[in-house]
Amino acid sequence: MLRVEQAKIALGDFSLAADMALEQGQRYAVIGPSGAGKSTLLGALCGFVPLQSGRILWQGRDISQDNPGQRPMTMLFQDNNLFPHLTVQQNVGLGLRPDLRLSGAEQAKVLDALRRVGLADHSAKRPAALSGGQQSRAALARVLVQARPLVLLDEPFAALGPALRNEMLDLVAELVAETGAALIMVTHAPEDVRRIADQVVFVAEGRAEAPQPAAALMDNPPPALRAYLG
Amino acid sequence: MARRVVAVKNGAGIGAAILVAVLVLAALLAVMSRAETGAGLLRSDWAAVRFTVWQAVLSSVISTLLAIPVARALARRRFAGRALLVTLLGAPFILPVIVAVLGLLTVFGRSGWLNQLLGLAGVPEVSIYGLHGVVLAHVFFNLPLATRLILQGWQSIPAERFRLAAQLRLGPRGIFLTLEWPLLRQVVPGVAALIFVICLTSFAVALTLGGGPKATTLELAIYQAFLFDFDLSRAALLSLVQLVLAGGAALAALWIIPAISLGGGQDRTLQRWDARGGLQRAGDGAVITLAALFLLLPLAAVLLRGVAGLPQVPAAVWQAAGLSVFVAVISVLTLCLLALPMAGWIATRQRGGVEAIGLLGLSASPLMIGTGWFILINPVMNPSDLALPVTALVNAMMALPFALRILVPRLRDTLADFGRLSVSLGLQGWPLWRWVILPRLRGQLGFAAGLTGALSVGDLGVIALFADQDRTTLPLQMYRLMGAYRMEAAAGAALILLALALGIFWICDRGGRWHAES
Repeated sequence: MLRVEQAKIALGDFSLAADMALEQGQRYAVIGPSGAGKSTLLGALCGFVPLQSGRILWQGRDISQDNPGQRPMTMLFQDNNLFPHLTVQQNVGLGLRPDLRLSGAEQAKVLDALRRVGLADHSAKRPAALSGGQQSRAALARVLVQARPLVLLDEPFAALGPALRNEMLDLVAELVAETGAALIMVTHAPEDVRRIADQVVFVAEGRAEAPQPAAALMDNPPPALRAYLG
Repeated sequence: MARRVVAVKNGAGIGAAILVAVLVLAALLAVMSRAETGAGLLRSDWAAVRFTVWQAVLSSVISTLLAIPVARALARRRFAGRALLVTLLGAPFILPVIVAVLGLLTVFGRSGWLNQLLGLAGVPEVSIYGLHGVVLAHVFFNLPLATRLILQGWQSIPAERFRLAAQLRLGPRGIFLTLEWPLLRQVVPGVAALIFVICLTSFAVALTLGGGPKATTLELAIYQAFLFDFDLSRAALLSLVQLVLAGGAALAALWIIPAISLGGGQDRTLQRWDARGGLQRAGDGAVITLAALFLLLPLAAVLLRGVAGLPQVPAAVWQAAGLSVFVAVISVLTLCLLALPMAGWIATRQRGGVEAIGLLGLSASPLMIGTGWFILINPVMNPSDLALPVTALVNAMMALPFALRILVPRLRDTLADFGRLSVSLGLQGWPLWRWVILPRLRGQLGFAAGLTGALSVGDLGVIALFADQDRTTLPLQMYRLMGAYRMEAAAGAALILLALALGIFWICDRGGRWHAES
């Protein structure tokens, strides 16, 4: 379980408060108006944005000062999730070892992951030779080999068309179901929430609300959320 | 914004910067220990100071003023061979000085092409030696540089402005006042300052075309005090003066010197609606033709004479060529070891004065550093045993400021794009360089290495202080042949040197782009 205790983030004029617990095996959608701090919240969980006060606990251990690479989570950004000069296989391999000195077993794991996302035939290609959807699949293959307990998505599929985005979300849902990881994803689209989220974290007016069950919340939104959903 | 995601460790970069500073400062201290404070400057020394500043002012002003019409003509005309010409404008930058001097002598020298032409017309011959020659050679080197920098500025004017100007039916005067003058006011001072600083520490040009009481630069005076009089204290004193002069000018100019992008000015020509009159067209055509002739004739002269002289080249030249390549290779390796960590350090900082350390290598004159290290080495061992390593090191330091300006922007972009991903994957230290930074920087690194190699192979500077008969680089060997009036053999050596410089540049630059994918 990931606990966010009385956390406060302050960046210039902007501030965000959060206090919540995120459970394993659950899928959380983070929604809210533009500029409310959805990406900042994920950045703070991941260690890219410092906390002004409060702390983050993983299984009871304080990880507030850990580097992003040491935290039990893996994040996909809006863009630049793959190194363009490395092959798909190397990109995925970096998830296992930063120096890319992979053992035979690790190589096999990389190839398994590529097979799982349907890219077995593309392992020697560079990202530029792949379509947008295939690039997303390659990034997901790396998430798979990293096998961290928390997967954070900061709208990595925003540039894809609706059908492709749904396909990717379904794939993500399958993958986290297989690994038992918690999924925390930023989204703008209410239909994404209904599609895969169990819980919703609503971010607005300087606060990230504690998660609430998705279906009930979307059917009967409080005033602030209703104003956002329109 | 977000916490600074520092994936690059700074230790090595700071270490490299300290090493550069120590190399310069140790030389400076050695020089100061020998400079007799009571001695003061001789009258001839003051003449050298005056000449140094005056020729640099003239070279800078003339290069910049001539570059404006050339850049303007290139910016608004399209013609077959334009891309090639713009590429050739980059050539003098990697052209060995002594090779260019030979070309200039062939065209403008006493019995050169121009004087033969003038002789036919009954006009008295012009002399290339002295102030004329020094400034002519400096203009030859820096006119292309100035043209490219100004052209770059010209092409940074958005296309919409020219469309707006066409809609408003602005005439030449209107275009000049609204578009061109603001641009020139912004770009020209920096270009002039850069050329001024470069010309202050010019040595090989003054050595070959200057000399005598009326045309001695400080750099040349250091060399003469050192080699002819073996007067270390006077060489040391002159070195101090040079450091104050060139270092001060470089520091003052640092803030207005433009970014050096030698690849610029090639991408596109804007659609223009102005300057369509016949007179303007003819004017631009004449300007481009003259500039191309000024640039190409000396190069053609080197080729023609070189081919004729090649059979006369003595064996010592080939030996010197081998040593020169060796020096260039060491120099390139040294540069990579210094520039990469320094670039990594600079790129992770916001902005700042760290680049000034790189500039130290340029402003502190090579002969000052050479003199200092000669003083340090002399008591311990025979300096000529270390002639080649010292030359390679000084060459790398001379190229360092250019290399940093080439590497740092790309490294900044790389960290901005992939810094977070690298950190989240735990990439740091060597794996970060191996898998992320070096592959992303390949093109820039190849270009910087090519520049360094070409500058190093063609450099006639420190080696002149240290060398003995056996350990000679090709430029020095060529200079000795010229001094012995063996001009055919010297021309053959010049052709070999030219081929080496261009070849090294080409190999490095190509190597950086080979199979490169972004």
